[in-house]
Amino acid sequence: MSMDVADSFVGGFSLDLGFLAEASVETIHSGLSALDVCGMILASVGLVFFLGAAVGLYRFPDFYTRMHAAGKGDTLSSLLILLGFGLITLDDFSMVGWLLVVKLLAIVLFIMLTSPTSTHALMRAGFEDGVEPVTKGSSSKNTKKEGES
Amino acid sequence: MTVEGFTVFAGAALFVLMLPALYRVAVGPTSFDRLVAVNVIGTKTAVLLVVIGTLFGRLDMFVDFALAYALLNFVASLAVARYLNRTRSMPAKKPAKRRTPRKKKARAS
Repeated sequence: MSMDVADSFVGGFSLDLGFLAEASVETIHSGLSALDVCGMILASVGLVFFLGAAVGLYRFPDFYTRMHAAGKGDTLSSLLILLGFGLITLDDFSMVGWLLVVKLLAIVLFIMLTSPTSTHALMRAGFEDGVEPVTKGSSSKNTKKEGES
Repeated sequence: MTVEGFTVFAGAALFVLMLPALYRVAVGPTSFDRLVAVNVIGTKTAVLLVVIGTLFGRLDMFVDFALAYALLNFVASLAVARYLNRTRSMPAKKPAKRRTPRKKKARAS
């Protein structure tokens, strides 16, 4: 009697397992996995930050304020979009996928190091060149001449 | 929304959002504004290469391109910043450097 119960349990369990395996294969091939959703959310947030950087680069009145918008928004949006597409790529946990993610993390680390450095160098060059910041009285004339120094 | 659709959307959004930076490159009042915008466009091109690699399914190839592009962008930005800094500030500093040793020599002799 107990053997019968055990057999029926095993049979039912194996049937359930087969159904689950088919369902998971279908979701991986047709729909979205959790990593895809996380990567898409990260990349969307990065696109929003890049929208802020682009609008700031377009509308700010001054070289220094434009650099403020470009430096921070550009760095953070690059990091977020690269991490998001790294998560999207990490669908199958194979060796090639891990190598790709390590390379993407190398790009992320490199951008995180170099983008503030180039921002600092450009800001220093512009300051030593004598680019005038916009002040409260001169907010209307924000167009400076090219060869002015 | 599938992954491919989102990838195409992200690439198109990156390209469209590069256009204000391109406007800043075209009409920027000073050359440093142009340089900042070129730096932004270069960084975003590296990101766009990763997006294109995801779309084509050949990310193992495109990620190397993106790494090389980010490296070259950084080096070019630093080089142009140093170049603009030196060419502008050299005529103002050279007479001051020449005058001070002559005065010291005159005082010493």
